[in-house]
Amino acid sequence: MSRARITLDAEARARLAAAYPQALSPAPTQRLRVIAIIAMLAGIAVFSFWRLDFNLDRIGSGLAQLGHFLTLMVPPDPGTQLPLYIHALGETLAIAFLGTLLGAVVAFPFGFLAAKNVIPNIFAHFAVRRLLDTVRGVDRLIWALIFVTVVGLGPFAGILAIATASFAELGKLFSEAVEALDRKPVEGIVSTGGSDVEAVRFGMLPQVLPVLASQLLYYFESNARQSTIVGIVGAGGLGLHLAEQIRVLEWQKVSFLILMMLAMVATIDFISSRLRFSIIGKTRLEP
Amino acid sequence: MAHAVTRLPDAQLAPMLAAYEAAVRERRRHTLIAAAVVAVCIALAAWMGEVKPGVLFANAGRLISYFASIVPTLRWETLGADLAEWYWNLDHWLKLLLDTILIAYLGTLIGAIGAFLLCFLACANLVRSPLIRLTARRFLEFCRTVPELVFALLFVVAFGLGPMPGVLALAIHTMGALGKLFAEVVENIDMKPVEGGVAAGASWPKMVRFAVVPQVTSNFASYGLLRFEINVREASIMGFVGAGGIGQDLVEAIRKFYYSDVSAILLLIIATVMIIDLATEQVRHRLLGVGGRA
Repeated sequence: MSRARITLDAEARARLAAAYPQALSPAPTQRLRVIAIIAMLAGIAVFSFWRLDFNLDRIGSGLAQLGHFLTLMVPPDPGTQLPLYIHALGETLAIAFLGTLLGAVVAFPFGFLAAKNVIPNIFAHFAVRRLLDTVRGVDRLIWALIFVTVVGLGPFAGILAIATASFAELGKLFSEAVEALDRKPVEGIVSTGGSDVEAVRFGMLPQVLPVLASQLLYYFESNARQSTIVGIVGAGGLGLHLAEQIRVLEWQKVSFLILMMLAMVATIDFISSRLRFSIIGKTRLEP
Repeated sequence: MAHAVTRLPDAQLAPMLAAYEAAVRERRRHTLIAAAVVAVCIALAAWMGEVKPGVLFANAGRLISYFASIVPTLRWETLGADLAEWYWNLDHWLKLLLDTILIAYLGTLIGAIGAFLLCFLACANLVRSPLIRLTARRFLEFCRTVPELVFALLFVVAFGLGPMPGVLALAIHTMGALGKLFAEVVENIDMKPVEGGVAAGASWPKMVRFAVVPQVTSNFASYGLLRFEINVREASIMGFVGAGGIGQDLVEAIRKFYYSDVSAILLLIIATVMIIDLATEQVRHRLLGVGGRA
Protein backbone atom coordinates (compact mmCIF):
# COMPACT_ATOMS: atom_id res chain seq x y z
CA MET A 1 0.00 0.00 0.00
CA SER A 2 1.47 3.29 -0.96
CA ARG A 3 0.67 6.44 0.95
CA ALA A 4 -0.43 9.55 -0.87
CA ARG A 5 1.66 12.45 0.22
CA ILE A 6 0.69 16.07 -0.05
CA THR A 7 3.62 18.24 -1.06
CA LEU A 8 3.27 21.96 -0.66
CA ASP A 9 4.40 24.17 -3.46
CA ALA A 10 6.39 27.31 -2.77
CA GLU A 11 3.38 29.59 -2.93
CA ALA A 12 1.34 27.59 -0.37
CA ARG A 13 4.37 27.43 1.90
CA ALA A 14 4.80 31.18 1.81
CA ARG A 15 1.10 31.71 2.53
CA LEU A 16 1.24 29.39 5.54
CA ALA A 17 4.39 31.05 6.84
CA ALA A 18 2.74 34.44 6.60
CA ALA A 19 -0.38 33.20 8.39
CA TYR A 20 1.43 31.42 11.26
CA PRO A 21 4.77 33.16 11.82
CA GLN A 22 5.07 31.69 15.36
CA ALA A 23 4.90 28.07 14.21
CA LEU A 24 7.76 28.19 11.72
CA SER A 25 10.19 30.47 13.51
CA PRO A 26 9.63 30.89 17.25
CA ALA A 27 10.37 34.28 18.75
CA PRO A 28 14.15 34.81 18.98
CA THR A 29 13.95 35.76 22.68
CA GLN A 30 12.36 32.44 23.54
CA ARG A 31 14.92 30.53 21.51
CA LEU A 32 17.67 32.49 23.22
CA ARG A 33 16.26 31.64 26.64
CA VAL A 34 16.22 27.92 25.88
CA ILE A 35 19.80 28.10 24.60
CA ALA A 36 20.87 30.03 27.71
CA ILE A 37 19.29 27.48 30.06
CA ILE A 38 20.89 24.55 28.26
CA ALA A 39 24.25 26.33 28.18
CA MET A 40 24.02 26.99 31.93
CA LEU A 41 23.12 23.38 32.74
CA ALA A 42 25.96 22.13 30.54
CA GLY A 43 28.38 24.66 32.01
CA ILE A 44 27.68 23.56 35.57
CA ALA A 45 27.98 19.94 34.45
CA VAL A 46 31.40 20.57 32.89
CA PHE A 47 32.54 22.36 36.04
CA SER A 48 31.29 19.42 38.15
CA PHE A 49 33.09 16.88 35.97
CA TRP A 50 36.29 18.85 36.40
CA ARG A 51 35.85 19.44 40.13
CA LEU A 52 34.88 15.85 40.92
CA ASP A 53 37.85 14.35 39.03
CA PHE A 54 36.02 12.51 36.30
CA ASN A 55 38.30 11.01 33.70
CA LEU A 56 37.75 8.56 30.91
CA ASP A 57 40.52 6.20 32.03
CA ARG A 58 38.87 5.61 35.37
CA ILE A 59 35.42 5.24 33.86
CA GLY A 60 36.73 2.74 31.31
CA SER A 61 38.63 0.60 33.78
CA GLY A 62 35.77 0.85 36.28
CA LEU A 63 33.24 -0.36 33.73
CA ALA A 64 35.50 -3.25 32.82
CA GLN A 65 35.78 -4.16 36.51
CA LEU A 66 32.03 -3.88 36.94
CA GLY A 67 31.44 -6.18 33.97
CA HIS A 68 33.85 -8.68 35.49
CA PHE A 69 31.98 -8.55 38.82
CA LEU A 70 28.69 -9.10 37.01
CA THR A 71 30.00 -12.29 35.42
CA LEU A 72 31.14 -13.46 38.85
CA MET A 73 27.67 -12.77 40.31
CA VAL A 74 25.91 -15.55 38.41
CA PRO A 75 24.59 -17.82 39.68
CA PRO A 76 23.46 -16.20 42.96
CA ASP A 77 24.42 -18.48 45.79
CA PRO A 78 24.17 -17.98 49.56
CA GLY A 79 26.80 -20.65 50.29
CA THR A 80 26.30 -22.08 53.76
CA GLN A 81 24.94 -18.88 55.21
CA LEU A 82 21.30 -19.14 54.16
CA PRO A 83 19.90 -19.40 57.76
CA LEU A 84 21.91 -16.33 58.73
CA TYR A 85 20.49 -14.37 55.82
CA ILE A 86 16.94 -15.46 56.57
CA HIS A 87 17.45 -14.21 60.10
CA ALA A 88 18.77 -10.90 58.72
CA LEU A 89 15.69 -10.66 56.50
CA GLY A 90 13.52 -11.05 59.60
CA GLU A 91 15.54 -8.34 61.31
CA THR A 92 15.05 -6.02 58.35
CA LEU A 93 11.29 -6.58 58.43
CA ALA A 94 11.26 -6.00 62.18
CA ILE A 95 13.19 -2.74 61.77
CA ALA A 96 10.80 -1.49 59.11
CA PHE A 97 7.68 -2.53 61.03
CA LEU A 98 8.60 -1.37 64.53
CA GLY A 99 10.34 1.76 63.20
CA THR A 100 7.28 2.84 61.25
CA LEU A 101 4.92 2.03 64.09
CA LEU A 102 7.00 3.76 66.75
CA GLY A 103 7.46 6.81 64.53
CA ALA A 104 3.73 6.95 63.86
CA VAL A 105 2.80 6.64 67.54
CA VAL A 106 5.07 9.58 68.40
CA ALA A 107 4.00 11.55 65.31
CA PHE A 108 0.30 11.13 66.07
CA PRO A 109 0.02 13.77 68.84
CA PHE A 110 2.46 16.02 66.95
CA GLY A 111 0.18 15.86 63.93
CA PHE A 112 -2.51 17.53 66.02
CA LEU A 113 -0.09 19.93 67.72
CA ALA A 114 1.25 21.15 64.37
CA ALA A 115 -2.21 21.69 62.88
CA LYS A 116 -3.53 25.26 62.73
CA ASN A 117 -7.12 24.28 63.39
CA VAL A 118 -6.31 22.44 66.64
CA ILE A 119 -3.69 24.72 68.20
CA PRO A 120 -4.53 28.26 67.11
CA ASN A 121 -1.45 29.64 68.92
CA ILE A 122 0.88 30.66 66.10
CA PHE A 123 4.10 30.34 68.14
CA ALA A 124 3.41 26.81 69.33
CA HIS A 125 2.42 25.84 65.81
CA PHE A 126 5.57 27.42 64.35
CA ALA A 127 7.85 25.79 66.94
CA VAL A 128 6.46 22.30 66.34
CA ARG A 129 6.71 22.73 62.55
CA ARG A 130 10.36 23.85 62.73
CA LEU A 131 11.21 20.96 65.05
CA LEU A 132 9.77 18.52 62.52
CA ASP A 133 11.63 20.29 59.67
CA THR A 134 14.95 20.06 61.51
CA VAL A 135 14.58 16.36 62.29
CA ARG A 136 13.54 15.76 58.68
CA GLY A 137 16.61 17.56 57.36
CA VAL A 138 18.83 14.79 58.75
CA ASP A 139 18.88 11.62 56.67
CA ARG A 140 17.88 8.36 58.35
CA LEU A 141 21.33 6.90 57.77
CA ILE A 142 22.81 9.73 59.84
CA TRP A 143 20.31 8.94 62.58
CA ALA A 144 21.30 5.28 62.32
CA LEU A 145 24.93 6.21 62.77
CA ILE A 146 24.14 8.37 65.80
CA PHE A 147 21.98 5.66 67.39
CA VAL A 148 24.67 3.05 66.78
CA THR A 149 27.09 5.13 68.83
CA VAL A 150 24.45 5.61 71.55
CA VAL A 151 22.77 2.18 71.92
CA GLY A 152 25.41 -0.01 70.30
CA LEU A 153 25.45 -2.14 67.14
CA GLY A 154 22.37 -4.13 66.22
CA PRO A 155 18.84 -3.84 64.88
CA PHE A 156 17.66 -1.77 67.84
CA ALA A 157 19.64 1.21 66.58
CA GLY A 158 18.03 0.69 63.17
CA ILE A 159 14.56 0.72 64.68
CA LEU A 160 15.26 3.98 66.48
CA ALA A 161 16.72 5.57 63.33
CA ILE A 162 13.76 4.61 61.14
CA ALA A 163 11.38 5.72 63.90
CA THR A 164 13.03 9.14 64.24
CA ALA A 165 12.99 9.83 60.52
CA SER A 166 9.44 8.51 60.09
CA PHE A 167 8.29 10.57 63.05
CA ALA A 168 9.26 13.84 61.37
CA GLU A 169 7.87 12.94 57.98
CA LEU A 170 4.65 11.43 59.28
CA GLY A 171 4.17 14.34 61.72
CA LYS A 172 4.12 16.74 58.80
CA LEU A 173 1.77 14.56 56.73
CA PHE A 174 -0.55 13.97 59.71
CA SER A 175 -0.79 17.69 60.43
CA GLU A 176 -1.66 18.35 56.80
CA ALA A 177 -4.36 15.67 56.97
CA VAL A 178 -5.77 17.23 60.14
CA GLU A 179 -5.78 20.70 58.59
CA ALA A 180 -7.62 19.44 55.54
CA LEU A 181 -10.51 17.89 57.44
CA ASP A 182 -14.14 18.97 57.40
CA ARG A 183 -15.15 21.39 60.21
CA LYS A 184 -18.80 20.41 60.30
CA PRO A 185 -18.63 17.30 62.55
CA VAL A 186 -16.49 19.24 65.03
CA GLU A 187 -18.97 22.12 65.11
CA GLY A 188 -21.80 19.64 65.56
CA ILE A 189 -20.14 18.12 68.61
CA VAL A 190 -19.28 21.48 70.14
CA SER A 191 -22.83 22.69 69.56
CA THR A 192 -24.27 19.68 71.42
CA GLY A 193 -22.05 20.47 74.42
CA GLY A 194 -18.97 18.32 73.72
CA SER A 195 -15.61 19.31 75.22
CA ASP A 196 -12.49 20.02 73.13
CA VAL A 197 -11.16 16.52 73.74
CA GLU A 198 -14.46 15.01 72.70
CA ALA A 199 -14.45 17.20 69.58
CA VAL A 200 -11.05 15.77 68.61
CA ARG A 201 -12.06 12.21 69.48
CA PHE A 202 -15.48 12.09 67.78
CA GLY A 203 -15.27 14.95 65.28
CA MET A 204 -11.72 14.70 63.94
CA LEU A 205 -10.40 11.18 64.56
CA PRO A 206 -12.97 9.29 62.48
CA GLN A 207 -12.15 11.60 59.55
CA VAL A 208 -8.37 11.40 59.73
CA LEU A 209 -7.81 7.77 60.78
CA PRO A 210 -8.25 6.23 57.30
CA VAL A 211 -5.94 8.85 55.77
CA LEU A 212 -3.35 8.25 58.48
CA ALA A 213 -3.60 4.49 58.08
CA SER A 214 -2.96 4.69 54.35
CA GLN A 215 0.01 7.04 54.85
CA LEU A 216 1.34 4.69 57.49
CA LEU A 217 1.22 1.76 55.08
CA TYR A 218 2.89 3.84 52.42
CA TYR A 219 5.70 4.66 54.83
CA PHE A 220 6.01 1.02 55.76
CA GLU A 221 6.68 0.29 52.09
CA SER A 222 9.32 2.99 51.82
CA ASN A 223 10.88 2.06 55.18
CA ALA A 224 11.20 -1.54 54.07
CA ARG A 225 13.57 -0.26 51.38
CA GLN A 226 15.39 2.03 53.78
CA SER A 227 15.79 -0.61 56.48
CA THR A 228 17.85 -2.73 54.09
CA ILE A 229 20.54 -0.05 54.06
CA VAL A 230 20.74 1.03 57.70
CA GLY A 231 22.77 -2.14 58.20
CA ILE A 232 25.60 -0.58 56.20
CA VAL A 233 26.49 1.54 59.23
CA GLY A 234 26.00 -1.40 61.60
CA ALA A 235 22.32 -1.06 62.52
CA GLY A 236 21.32 -4.66 61.73
CA GLY A 237 19.47 -6.35 58.90
CA LEU A 238 20.42 -7.35 55.39
CA GLY A 239 22.55 -4.26 54.74
CA LEU A 240 25.15 -5.40 57.25
CA HIS A 241 25.76 -8.67 55.39
CA LEU A 242 25.57 -6.96 52.02
CA ALA A 243 28.25 -4.40 52.92
CA GLU A 244 30.41 -7.16 54.40
CA GLN A 245 30.15 -9.46 51.35
CA ILE A 246 30.90 -6.58 48.96
CA ARG A 247 34.02 -5.77 50.96
CA VAL A 248 35.30 -9.34 50.82
CA LEU A 249 34.29 -9.59 47.13
CA GLU A 250 31.98 -12.62 47.55
CA TRP A 251 29.97 -11.72 44.45
CA GLN A 252 27.64 -14.72 44.39
CA LYS A 253 26.48 -13.93 47.92
CA VAL A 254 26.11 -10.25 47.00
CA SER A 255 23.80 -11.04 44.12
CA PHE A 256 21.82 -13.45 46.30
CA LEU A 257 21.36 -10.77 48.96
CA ILE A 258 20.27 -8.19 46.36
CA LEU A 259 17.73 -10.67 44.99
CA MET A 260 16.42 -11.27 48.53
CA MET A 261 16.01 -7.52 48.95
CA LEU A 262 14.14 -7.16 45.68
CA ALA A 263 11.85 -10.08 46.51
CA MET A 264 11.10 -8.66 49.96
CA VAL A 265 10.33 -5.18 48.62
CA ALA A 266 8.09 -6.58 45.89
CA THR A 267 6.14 -8.74 48.37
CA ILE A 268 5.65 -5.87 50.80
CA ASP A 269 4.60 -3.49 48.02
CA PHE A 270 2.03 -6.01 46.86
CA ILE A 271 0.51 -6.66 50.30
CA SER A 272 0.56 -3.06 51.40
CA SER A 273 -0.91 -1.64 48.22
CA ARG A 274 -3.75 -4.14 48.56
CA LEU A 275 -4.36 -3.06 52.16
CA ARG A 276 -4.08 0.61 51.25
CA PHE A 277 -6.59 0.20 48.50
CA SER A 278 -9.08 -1.53 50.77
CA ILE A 279 -8.74 1.22 53.41
CA ILE A 280 -9.12 4.09 50.96
CA GLY A 281 -11.87 2.29 49.09
CA LYS A 282 -13.87 1.98 52.30
CA THR A 283 -13.64 5.69 53.10
CA ARG A 284 -14.85 6.56 49.63
CA LEU A 285 -17.98 4.55 50.26
CA GLU A 286 -18.66 5.94 53.73
CA PRO A 287 -19.88 9.52 53.15
CA MET B 1 -36.85 27.71 73.10
CA ALA B 2 -37.63 24.08 73.60
CA HIS B 3 -37.25 21.54 70.84
CA ALA B 4 -40.01 19.04 70.32
CA VAL B 5 -38.49 15.62 69.78
CA THR B 6 -40.74 13.09 68.19
CA ARG B 7 -40.19 9.58 69.47
CA LEU B 8 -41.12 6.53 67.46
CA PRO B 9 -43.20 3.86 69.16
CA ASP B 10 -41.13 1.16 70.83
CA ALA B 11 -42.33 -1.53 68.47
CA GLN B 12 -40.86 0.39 65.52
CA LEU B 13 -37.74 1.38 67.41
CA ALA B 14 -36.68 -2.10 68.58
CA PRO B 15 -35.59 -3.56 65.20
CA MET B 16 -33.66 -0.39 64.38
CA LEU B 17 -31.86 -0.53 67.69
CA ALA B 18 -31.06 -4.20 67.16
CA ALA B 19 -29.66 -3.46 63.70
CA TYR B 20 -27.54 -0.64 65.14
CA GLU B 21 -26.23 -2.87 67.92
CA ALA B 22 -25.35 -5.58 65.41
CA ALA B 23 -23.50 -3.08 63.21
CA VAL B 24 -21.52 -1.77 66.18
CA ARG B 25 -20.69 -5.33 67.31
CA GLU B 26 -19.48 -6.22 63.82
CA ARG B 27 -17.22 -3.17 63.66
CA ARG B 28 -15.85 -3.82 67.12
CA ARG B 29 -15.06 -7.41 66.15
CA HIS B 30 -13.11 -6.19 63.08
CA THR B 31 -11.18 -3.69 65.18
CA LEU B 32 -10.33 -6.37 67.75
CA ILE B 33 -9.08 -8.75 65.07
CA ALA B 34 -6.94 -6.00 63.49
CA ALA B 35 -5.56 -5.06 66.92
CA ALA B 36 -4.70 -8.70 67.66
CA VAL B 37 -2.89 -9.08 64.32
CA VAL B 38 -0.91 -5.90 64.95
CA ALA B 39 -0.07 -7.04 68.50
CA VAL B 40 1.24 -10.39 67.24
CA CYS B 41 3.31 -8.58 64.60
CA ILE B 42 4.73 -6.25 67.24
CA ALA B 43 5.68 -9.17 69.48
CA LEU B 44 7.32 -11.03 66.59
CA ALA B 45 9.13 -7.93 65.40
CA ALA B 46 10.30 -7.03 68.89
CA TRP B 47 11.69 -10.53 69.29
CA MET B 48 13.44 -10.39 65.90
CA GLY B 49 14.69 -6.86 66.42
CA GLU B 50 16.19 -7.68 69.83
CA VAL B 51 14.17 -4.94 71.47
CA LYS B 52 14.51 -4.92 75.19
CA PRO B 53 12.53 -2.25 77.01
CA GLY B 54 15.14 -2.33 79.78
CA VAL B 55 17.86 -1.42 77.31
CA LEU B 56 15.73 1.40 75.95
CA PHE B 57 15.23 2.96 79.36
CA ALA B 58 18.87 2.44 80.32
CA ASN B 59 19.87 4.16 77.09
CA ALA B 60 17.35 6.98 77.22
CA GLY B 61 19.69 8.84 79.54
CA ARG B 62 22.65 8.24 77.23
CA LEU B 63 20.67 9.51 74.29
CA ILE B 64 19.86 12.75 76.07
CA SER B 65 23.42 13.21 77.27
CA TYR B 66 24.69 12.55 73.73
CA PHE B 67 22.59 15.34 72.34
CA ALA B 68 23.59 17.55 75.26
CA SER B 69 27.27 16.96 74.51
CA ILE B 70 27.07 17.73 70.79
CA VAL B 71 25.72 21.19 71.63
CA PRO B 72 28.78 23.45 71.62
CA THR B 73 29.61 25.75 74.53
CA LEU B 74 28.83 29.27 73.42
CA ARG B 75 29.32 32.13 75.86
CA TRP B 76 27.98 35.57 75.12
CA GLU B 77 31.21 37.37 76.09
CA THR B 78 33.39 35.33 73.76
CA LEU B 79 30.79 34.55 71.12
CA GLY B 80 33.04 35.26 68.12
CA ALA B 81 35.88 33.08 69.38
CA ASP B 82 33.50 30.29 70.39
CA LEU B 83 31.84 30.30 66.99
CA ALA B 84 35.25 30.30 65.29
CA GLU B 85 36.24 27.31 67.42
CA TRP B 86 33.00 25.48 66.69
CA TYR B 87 33.41 25.99 62.94
CA TRP B 88 37.21 25.68 62.97
CA ASN B 89 37.21 23.69 59.76
CA LEU B 90 34.63 25.75 57.89
CA ASP B 91 36.66 26.22 54.68
CA HIS B 92 37.15 22.50 54.28
CA TRP B 93 33.52 21.73 55.08
CA LEU B 94 32.23 24.32 52.63
CA LYS B 95 34.37 22.74 49.89
CA LEU B 96 32.92 19.34 50.77
CA LEU B 97 29.42 20.81 50.75
CA LEU B 98 30.05 22.20 47.27
CA ASP B 99 31.20 18.73 46.22
CA THR B 100 28.04 17.25 47.74
CA ILE B 101 25.81 19.64 45.80
CA LEU B 102 27.74 18.98 42.59
CA ILE B 103 27.40 15.22 43.11
CA ALA B 104 23.67 15.68 43.51
CA TYR B 105 23.57 17.95 40.44
CA LEU B 106 25.48 15.59 38.16
CA GLY B 107 23.59 12.56 39.46
CA THR B 108 20.27 14.29 38.81
CA LEU B 109 21.31 15.55 35.36
CA ILE B 110 22.71 12.24 34.10
CA GLY B 111 19.80 10.32 35.63
CA ALA B 112 17.26 12.73 34.12
CA ILE B 113 18.82 12.41 30.67
CA GLY B 114 18.67 8.62 30.97
CA ALA B 115 15.09 8.76 32.21
CA PHE B 116 14.17 11.12 29.36
CA LEU B 117 15.55 8.72 26.77
CA LEU B 118 13.88 5.67 28.31
CA CYS B 119 10.51 7.02 29.46
CA PHE B 120 9.02 7.24 25.95
CA LEU B 121 9.76 3.54 25.46
CA ALA B 122 7.86 2.62 28.63
CA CYS B 123 4.56 4.26 27.65
CA ALA B 124 1.52 2.28 26.58
CA ASN B 125 0.24 5.10 24.37
CA LEU B 126 3.39 5.52 22.28
CA VAL B 127 4.89 2.03 22.08
CA ARG B 128 2.84 -0.79 20.64
CA SER B 129 5.31 -3.60 21.21
CA PRO B 130 4.80 -5.04 24.70
CA LEU B 131 8.31 -6.53 24.63
CA ILE B 132 10.06 -3.15 24.41
CA ARG B 133 7.63 -1.55 26.86
CA LEU B 134 7.90 -4.22 29.53
CA THR B 135 11.68 -4.45 29.22
CA ALA B 136 11.98 -0.70 29.69
CA ARG B 137 9.62 -0.80 32.67
CA ARG B 138 11.36 -3.71 34.41
CA PHE B 139 14.72 -2.04 33.89
CA LEU B 140 13.54 1.23 35.44
CA GLU B 141 11.95 -0.70 38.32
CA PHE B 142 15.20 -2.51 39.04
CA CYS B 143 17.12 0.79 39.03
CA ARG B 144 14.86 2.37 41.62
CA THR B 145 14.34 -0.64 43.90
CA VAL B 146 18.01 -1.26 44.63
CA PRO B 147 18.96 1.48 47.13
CA GLU B 148 21.49 4.13 46.00
CA LEU B 149 23.85 3.12 48.73
CA VAL B 150 24.07 -0.46 47.48
CA PHE B 151 25.01 0.82 44.02
CA ALA B 152 27.49 3.17 45.68
CA LEU B 153 29.09 0.28 47.60
CA LEU B 154 29.45 -1.72 44.38
CA PHE B 155 30.81 1.22 42.40
CA VAL B 156 33.31 2.16 45.08
CA VAL B 157 34.85 -1.28 44.67
CA ALA B 158 34.81 -1.03 40.86
CA PHE B 159 35.79 2.62 40.32
CA GLY B 160 37.76 3.33 43.47
CA LEU B 161 37.06 5.83 46.28
CA GLY B 162 35.89 9.35 45.44
CA PRO B 163 32.87 11.26 44.20
CA MET B 164 32.59 9.42 40.86
CA PRO B 165 30.92 6.24 42.20
CA GLY B 166 28.55 8.46 44.19
CA VAL B 167 27.49 10.34 41.07
CA LEU B 168 26.94 7.12 39.14
CA ALA B 169 24.94 5.51 41.96
CA LEU B 170 22.70 8.57 42.26
CA ALA B 171 22.33 8.73 38.48
CA ILE B 172 21.13 5.13 38.22
CA HIS B 173 18.64 5.44 41.05
CA THR B 174 17.43 8.81 39.71
CA MET B 175 16.97 7.29 36.27
CA GLY B 176 14.70 4.62 37.74
CA ALA B 177 12.67 6.99 39.88
CA LEU B 178 12.32 9.76 37.30
CA GLY B 179 11.73 7.30 34.46
CA LYS B 180 8.58 6.09 36.18
CA LEU B 181 7.30 9.62 36.88
CA PHE B 182 8.15 10.81 33.36
CA ALA B 183 6.37 7.81 31.82
CA GLU B 184 3.26 8.61 33.86
CA VAL B 185 3.32 12.20 32.57
CA VAL B 186 3.68 10.99 29.00
CA GLU B 187 0.79 8.55 29.38
CA ASN B 188 -1.47 11.46 30.32
CA ILE B 189 -0.72 13.71 27.34
CA ASP B 190 -3.21 14.91 24.80
CA MET B 191 -3.01 12.40 21.91
CA LYS B 192 -4.26 14.75 19.18
CA PRO B 193 -0.85 16.23 18.28
CA VAL B 194 0.57 12.69 18.15
CA GLU B 195 -2.14 11.62 15.73
CA GLY B 196 -1.57 14.75 13.69
CA GLY B 197 2.15 14.06 13.49
CA VAL B 198 1.67 10.43 12.50
CA ALA B 199 -0.96 11.38 9.92
CA ALA B 200 1.45 13.90 8.39
CA GLY B 201 4.02 11.12 8.00
CA ALA B 202 6.34 11.80 10.95
CA SER B 203 8.74 9.03 11.96
CA TRP B 204 8.67 7.84 15.59
CA PRO B 205 11.52 10.07 16.83
CA LYS B 206 10.05 13.10 15.00
CA MET B 207 6.61 12.38 16.43
CA VAL B 208 8.09 12.29 19.96
CA ARG B 209 10.11 15.46 19.35
CA PHE B 210 7.30 17.60 17.92
CA ALA B 211 4.12 16.12 19.41
CA VAL B 212 5.11 14.82 22.85
CA VAL B 213 8.09 16.77 24.15
CA PRO B 214 6.47 20.24 23.98
CA GLN B 215 3.61 18.95 26.13
CA VAL B 216 5.74 17.46 28.89
CA THR B 217 8.82 19.67 29.32
CA SER B 218 7.56 21.80 32.21
CA ASN B 219 6.37 18.76 34.18
CA PHE B 220 9.65 16.97 33.53
CA ALA B 221 11.63 19.96 34.76
CA SER B 222 9.50 20.18 37.88
CA TYR B 223 10.02 16.50 38.72
CA GLY B 224 13.73 16.87 37.98
CA LEU B 225 14.04 19.72 40.46
CA LEU B 226 12.13 17.74 43.09
CA ARG B 227 14.56 14.87 42.56
CA PHE B 228 17.50 17.27 42.91
CA GLU B 229 16.24 18.16 46.39
CA ILE B 230 16.10 14.49 47.36
CA ASN B 231 19.50 13.83 45.81
CA VAL B 232 21.16 16.57 47.86
CA ARG B 233 20.12 14.66 51.00
CA GLU B 234 21.28 11.39 49.49
CA ALA B 235 24.59 12.87 48.37
CA SER B 236 25.25 13.99 51.94
CA ILE B 237 25.38 10.31 53.02
CA MET B 238 27.33 8.97 50.04
CA GLY B 239 30.52 9.63 51.99
CA PHE B 240 29.47 6.92 54.48
CA VAL B 241 30.64 4.30 52.00
CA GLY B 242 33.51 6.38 50.60
CA ALA B 243 31.66 7.85 47.65
CA GLY B 244 32.55 11.51 48.19
CA GLY B 245 30.93 14.56 49.70
CA ILE B 246 30.56 15.74 53.27
CA GLY B 247 29.39 12.34 54.58
CA GLN B 248 33.00 11.20 54.97
CA ASP B 249 33.77 13.90 57.54
CA LEU B 250 30.46 13.41 59.30
CA VAL B 251 31.00 9.69 59.69
CA GLU B 252 34.47 10.33 61.09
CA ALA B 253 33.20 12.92 63.55
CA ILE B 254 30.43 10.62 64.81
CA ARG B 255 32.64 7.52 65.09
CA LYS B 256 35.48 9.35 66.81
CA PHE B 257 33.19 11.32 69.13
CA TYR B 258 34.25 14.80 67.94
CA TYR B 259 31.05 16.08 69.50
CA SER B 260 31.03 19.72 68.40
CA ASP B 261 32.04 18.76 64.86
CA VAL B 262 28.99 16.52 64.64
CA SER B 263 26.62 19.38 65.40
CA ALA B 264 28.55 21.79 63.19
CA ILE B 265 28.38 19.51 60.13
CA LEU B 266 24.78 18.50 60.81
CA LEU B 267 23.70 22.13 60.97
CA LEU B 268 25.54 22.88 57.73
CA ILE B 269 23.75 19.98 56.01
CA ILE B 270 20.35 20.96 57.38
CA ALA B 271 20.84 24.59 56.31
CA THR B 272 21.95 23.57 52.82
CA VAL B 273 19.02 21.21 52.40
CA MET B 274 16.56 23.88 53.56
CA ILE B 275 18.00 26.57 51.27
CA ILE B 276 17.90 24.24 48.27
CA ASP B 277 14.35 23.17 49.13
CA LEU B 278 13.21 26.78 49.21
CA ALA B 279 15.05 27.73 46.00
CA THR B 280 13.77 24.78 43.97
CA GLU B 281 10.26 25.34 45.30
CA GLN B 282 10.33 28.87 43.89
CA VAL B 283 11.55 27.70 40.52
CA ARG B 284 9.03 24.86 40.44
CA HIS B 285 6.08 27.13 41.18
CA ARG B 286 7.18 29.44 38.39
CA LEU B 287 7.64 26.51 35.99
CA LEU B 288 4.21 25.07 36.66
CA GLY B 289 2.72 28.56 36.38
CA VAL B 290 4.30 28.95 32.95
CA GLY B 291 3.19 25.45 31.99
CA GLY B 292 -0.38 26.24 33.04
CA ARG B 293 -0.46 29.42 30.98
CA ALA B 294 0.96 27.94 27.81
